[in-house]
Amino acid sequence: MSTATIDQPAAPEAIESFTVTLIIRRFDPEVDDEPRWQDFDVEMFPTDRILDALHKIKWEQDGSLSFRRSCAHGVCGSDAMRINGRNRLACKTLIKDLDVTKPVYVEAIKGLPLEKDLIVDMEPFFESFKEVQPFLMASSKPADGKERIQTVAQRARFDDTTKCILCAACTSSCPVFWTDGQYFGPAAIVNAHRFIFDSRDENAAVRLDILNDKEGVWRCRTTFNCTEACPRGIQVTQAIAEVKQAIMRGKP
Amino acid sequence: MPAAGTVTSQQQKTTSRRPAGTLYRGREGMWSWVLHRITGVAIFFFLLVHILDTALVRVSPEAYNTVIGTYQTPIMGLGEVALVGAIVFHAFNGIRIILIDFWNAKYSKIMFYVVVGLWVLTMLAFVPRHLINVFSH
Repeated sequence: MSTATIDQPAAPEAIESFTVTLIIRRFDPEVDDEPRWQDFDVEMFPTDRILDALHKIKWEQDGSLSFRRSCAHGVCGSDAMRINGRNRLACKTLIKDLDVTKPVYVEAIKGLPLEKDLIVDMEPFFESFKEVQPFLMASSKPADGKERIQTVAQRARFDDTTKCILCAACTSSCPVFWTDGQYFGPAAIVNAHRFIFDSRDENAAVRLDILNDKEGVWRCRTTFNCTEACPRGIQVTQAIAEVKQAIMRGKP
Repeated sequence: MPAAGTVTSQQQKTTSRRPAGTLYRGREGMWSWVLHRITGVAIFFFLLVHILDTALVRVSPEAYNTVIGTYQTPIMGLGEVALVGAIVFHAFNGIRIILIDFWNAKYSKIMFYVVVGLWVLTMLAFVPRHLINVFSH
């Protein structure tokens, strides 16, 4: 990225850069008793992302800033964080979409144990994910030994929930999850939905039974924070409502 | 690993300790839920008191009349406005939540504004009539 700007000296002149103030909630478990806010000024272009700002800070100002990122293109789901009070992927949040006349607040996602700066312990999140058995369970051999045929309509039934990248933006935006960490959370229910409504899967009843729990789908209070937070645009609350209805029907 | 254990306990503390993070900026859905919870708890406490004062009639009708008599003040009249406001919101929003769960989650935002609209209409019809009663006696 840096080589590109050096190769084309005319381009940076054409696009105006400006100073953005980021206020980041820092926490170093070896030094701090509690998190603290720290501000950084960075030169940014409107087309840059919050992730670029974090990189700039880490590479040029304070190497101790810690955050997760892998693909940096909205696919791996590593860099979910709370940007200006809303859960977003840092790599999908453009500077031009934020009000940069005011400082931009960046902090770790809520409800999971804070480890360092913007990094949280994702283990409880993945535990709930595992509990809903998010894998295809089919006892029969596929016809002609190759593949399990599905109609377009059967595939479309669960298409929305196949998009999940497990970034935890939804689960950590849920007020129920903040106060009750035992709740499965939207992400686990979304991934259960993906298999419950898959015509090739045979164990929908087991998953419906797992989610028909005190800490299952009935904890959902339809605040729609998850739907607003999802970087993949999954209609999370709708998916949870469909699982609720499936439990009452006793089948998908 | 005892060292890891101590670190974990410290981490768990930090999710709830000050200085807190920013307030989560949820939208209509989150605020309707907050209002629904507040009105729900308020209505519960009203019902508790209401059952107690109604039960007084079993103790003695005179005591019941005395207690009900103390409610006939302008302050209580304003309190009744708040009570009816809470119940009307809770009722309409409750229907909205039922529709989200059993019908379609797509229209939740529109339905929230319908709830607010219905609430305003109901209160416009109720409040003037009620306050005339309260302040003319």
